[in-house]
Amino acid sequence: MNYKLDFTPVIEGLPDLLAACLGTFALALGGMALAIVIGIGGVILRDSALAPVRWAVKAFVELIRNTPFLVQIFFIYFALPLAGLRLDPTPTAIIALGINGGAYAIEIIRGGVQSIPKGQIEAGLALGLHKGQVFRLIVLKPALRAIFPSLTSQFVLLTLTTSICSAISAYELTSVAQQIETSSFRSFEVYGTITVFYLVISWVMMRFFGEITRRYFSYPVK
Amino acid sequence: MGEAEFLFLLTGLKWTVLLSLVGFVGGGFFGLAVALMRTSGIKPLERGTSAYIALFQGTPLLMQLFVVYYGLALIGLRLDAWIAVAIGFTLHASAYLGEIWRGSIEAVPKGQTEAAKALSLHYASRMKDVVLPQAIRISLPATIGFLVQLIKGTSLAAIVGFTELTRAGNIVSNQIFKPLLVFGIVGILYFLICWPLSLYGSHLERRMAIASR
Repeated sequence: MNYKLDFTPVIEGLPDLLAACLGTFALALGGMALAIVIGIGGVILRDSALAPVRWAVKAFVELIRNTPFLVQIFFIYFALPLAGLRLDPTPTAIIALGINGGAYAIEIIRGGVQSIPKGQIEAGLALGLHKGQVFRLIVLKPALRAIFPSLTSQFVLLTLTTSICSAISAYELTSVAQQIETSSFRSFEVYGTITVFYLVISWVMMRFFGEITRRYFSYPVK
Repeated sequence: MGEAEFLFLLTGLKWTVLLSLVGFVGGGFFGLAVALMRTSGIKPLERGTSAYIALFQGTPLLMQLFVVYYGLALIGLRLDAWIAVAIGFTLHASAYLGEIWRGSIEAVPKGQTEAAKALSLHYASRMKDVVLPQAIRISLPATIGFLVQLIKGTSLAAIVGFTELTRAGNIVSNQIFKPLLVFGIVGILYFLICWPLSLYGSHLERRMAIASR
């Protein structure tokens, strides 16, 4: 082995890489927000009285969950301009992340809504709680608690998926790393370093979500 | 899109399937080792495998491929892109399958292990004849779910430069300038492989939910 590791290009590029972490956060947050909106909307539409609407939601979920994100982002990247939307790669990436995460969110949120027994709602009403209180205390909080672990691990996954958005050169960590790599040829050093960045990002997210669970959702069930 | 282009996509599809199979079989082999070490009761082994799993679950698959790809070249191994990528997917799959199977091994009721011990079965026989057959059944839906994830994940080999289905789509799309048509077809091809697997996985899951009621 006569290869010498050289981290100089990485150290010189460190400010750019750290700034790019913010780009990754922006993509992840935008994607999560859109995913939640699509998730809630999808769950409501999935119970629609119109059969074609219900089918459309189911087809959307199956289609997105059974095709690779890379193909989805390419498709969206080329489809949006045809639909009259000329966007930069970064907003395009947020839309793709939101659509992908949304399909998973629909399934997760649906599971949470179904986890609330009907008798519990009726019991709340019988105890004289008004509808808002029943929704807030009896439906929303237990449902959130039920879906929180799977929703947040989906969010961590979505954050890691942002690295694929480098394929359409959205502004985030992996694309900036690729720029440094092409000018320095220090591939292993560059990608090894940002792998550690990603590890820290996902670890911080998991700790954060774990803390929320401990504070708000750890009450006895029975 | 002509016949030649479509055939080129099918060649890409063949590589996608091969890559998934190699990753799944290789990952299954090492994943079983990871799962057994993770549940061995030997502290250093448990910590080591737990860190291994956390490393793969906490980083993007794309980075894992990059690091393995360039890391192998760095230690002097001049490998074919196809071999390097296959090693990357094998490592990735071994961590995920290891974690899935750890869960299933732990889900087998403790009394089973205790009964096997009382019958003075040694570790190998206890695992092979008592625990693993039950654990495999429990793990099937999640294992199939991961297989679907792995098949979709092989698309990232395209970014490393390996010509599987997605990269074949890229090449064809650059030739005939019909990206929507090409990526639409590529997406449908993935869907045709992944959807039946997903359906089978959720079918098993429902059946087990009924059985455990």
